[in-house]
Amino acid sequence: MSSEEASMTDTTEKHEQETPQPGAISDFGIDTTSQSTGEAVRDYWARVRGGELGALPALLGLIVLLIVFSSLSDTFFTLGNLANLLQQGASITIIAMGLVFVLLLGEIDLSAGTASGVTASVMALHLIHNGNLLGGMGDTVFYVFCGLLVLAIALSAWMKIWAGTALSAVALIIAAVGVPANAWLEMLLAVCVGAAIGCVTGFLVAKVGIPSFVVTLALFLVWGGVVLQLIGQGGTLGLRDDTIFNVANGNLNFVGSWVLFVVAVGGYAAVVLTRHFSRLRKGLVAQPTSLVLAKIGALAVLAAVITYALSLNRAASNLIVIEGVPYVVPVVLVLLVIGTFVLDRTSYGRHIYAVGGNKEAARRAGINVERIRMSVFVIASSAAAIGAIVYSSKVGSVDPNAGAGNTLLLSVGAAVIGGTSLFGGKGRLRDAVIGGAVLAIIQNGMGLLNQPAAVVFIVTGLVLLLAASVDALSRRRAANSAR
Amino acid sequence: MSEPILELRGINKSFGPVHVLHDIDLTVNPGEVTALVGDNGAGKSTLVKCIAGIHPTDSGEVLFQGEPVHIKGPRDAAELGIEVVYQDLALADNLDIVQNMFLGRERTKGGLLDETDMEQAARKTLASLSVRTVKSVRTQVSSLSGGQRQTVAIAKAVLWNSKVVLLDEPTAALGVAQTRQVLDLVRRLAEQGLGVVLISHNMNDVFEVADKIACLYLGRMAAVVGSKEVTHGQVVELITAGRSGDLGIARPEAATI
Repeated sequence: MSSEEASMTDTTEKHEQETPQPGAISDFGIDTTSQSTGEAVRDYWARVRGGELGALPALLGLIVLLIVFSSLSDTFFTLGNLANLLQQGASITIIAMGLVFVLLLGEIDLSAGTASGVTASVMALHLIHNGNLLGGMGDTVFYVFCGLLVLAIALSAWMKIWAGTALSAVALIIAAVGVPANAWLEMLLAVCVGAAIGCVTGFLVAKVGIPSFVVTLALFLVWGGVVLQLIGQGGTLGLRDDTIFNVANGNLNFVGSWVLFVVAVGGYAAVVLTRHFSRLRKGLVAQPTSLVLAKIGALAVLAAVITYALSLNRAASNLIVIEGVPYVVPVVLVLLVIGTFVLDRTSYGRHIYAVGGNKEAARRAGINVERIRMSVFVIASSAAAIGAIVYSSKVGSVDPNAGAGNTLLLSVGAAVIGGTSLFGGKGRLRDAVIGGAVLAIIQNGMGLLNQPAAVVFIVTGLVLLLAASVDALSRRRAANSAR
Repeated sequence: MSEPILELRGINKSFGPVHVLHDIDLTVNPGEVTALVGDNGAGKSTLVKCIAGIHPTDSGEVLFQGEPVHIKGPRDAAELGIEVVYQDLALADNLDIVQNMFLGRERTKGGLLDETDMEQAARKTLASLSVRTVKSVRTQVSSLSGGQRQTVAIAKAVLWNSKVVLLDEPTAALGVAQTRQVLDLVRRLAEQGLGVVLISHNMNDVFEVADKIACLYLGRMAAVVGSKEVTHGQVVELITAGRSGDLGIARPEAATI
């Protein structure tokens, strides 16, 4: 406290010596309205030492892993493997992004993995039976399925989660009408079924009040059984459709890759700079312009290098050409941008953080806590469905184990490794992406080193444990450094 | 004296078989600090929660600026301009000061959060209350001291151009200097023309800032007295026995929960 006070008076004096900027609230006197680069760096360092690590440990881990694997394996740092890495990690990353919303509330969704399996099987059934889900599922199963969709519509309408209602209704219409197979329709169906599943999960947690651990543990088993029922023991549903196959295996062409680069970097720069200059103009605390520009520049260079590398031919044989940025990159980017936008720039996102930080405070502030809690499960399950589309596409089929086994654990792991707190209230979507990258690199790199599955599991588990310890320790540090 | 801004008439409240509030009458005037005192379990916090719309009342009338109103939830109270600063603070630790001050009532522009506008408003409010102890309005609440948190919670209440602010034991967990800060702030609220209700166990605090003292005894309003007309001892008697000389309930022995 005393050193804090000293630094406070420091900044106050410094500020008073400066001529106040026009438009600044100069009589306030407690905030430095513009920081020098040195101050900004010191400020960041102080926060890190105070326990706000954010994605820093995961980023460091990522760099270490990259160095270790590229020095141990000749094939790791090849173009083909890098693209492969992105495609392997994408589904886990997408499911993890959905889970971040749930984790932000301090809840858990153990059923996301098998729920994604259900959406994948429904998608595959619709494709194989040319839209005739009734024929694909059999009478009883089909009517139960429709009944569940109606239930999801009713529950979400009751809780006024209109997006959930709309998506569930779309799923019901697609199922009932029996539109002929169409890859886009199937993917839409998968996401809608995912949303419906989330409505049921969310309702049980938020309104009925069962702890999310128990609800989703039970549903983990239920959905696992449903996948078995839909596919049949020992069966596999093949996805013979070019559009679906391309989701995880296709690439943007050369022009498309660079258009993506321009849109992504340009968009990022535009958003960051607009906000930065509007803050400067209004005399609010802002990072130094040079630092902001440096950040944008570093990102642009990194993105350009990756885009360039991926737009080279990376085929192993001379007979075919494989080049361009994989489709999963824009898919993950779009989801990342939309999700980050929702969390950071809308009241809904703010309320998620508030409920995660202090449920009672949120309730007293007039936030509908039940609705927020239910809605995050809808988001998580919908994201799980998108993840399901990607992993089914990667494999080209859906088997009875879809989404079971490691899918869920790796997704939760990805979110936590990236820096999302299991205690709620702390975490960002980019954590899931960084964590997903860490896990994908471990799996891929260990595979290239011909390590047995036993070692891969153990290492993955230890990394997760390490990440959870960092979270717990930094939280304790933050609690101690307060006041 | 000006017209009372908030007036309670005959408020009753039971939790199951437990009758917590008996026919409570209370008036709150603008520009005045009304202290609400009473022993543990006398119903102070319940009364505040009833006013704030957290608990529904069983019977009785609430008049706001002379008009009868029905407060059914925290939002209704907030819309009228009644703000409550709770004993347990009700701040989200993982959000910064600005985010907490606007929690539940974020300002938006085109559907998006208007961060700069909120930040400016928060700074103006803190400046108007002469709060100079926080380093930055973008500091996370988790890194603030108890006094600073209380200051933020009070500033949050003021931000909404509120007319009545209810403070539930704002100094209970604070050190000497921090208590000083908060009491100064309470006085400043009243000087700005707000009606302030202060719940406190600390007689020194009460006598220092309150214009009027309302004593609750076992869920009944024992007496409402001017703070200059009574002594420490009398107030303590009112709190513990419900009666002091001519003041208080006629036959406190008959009062039952």
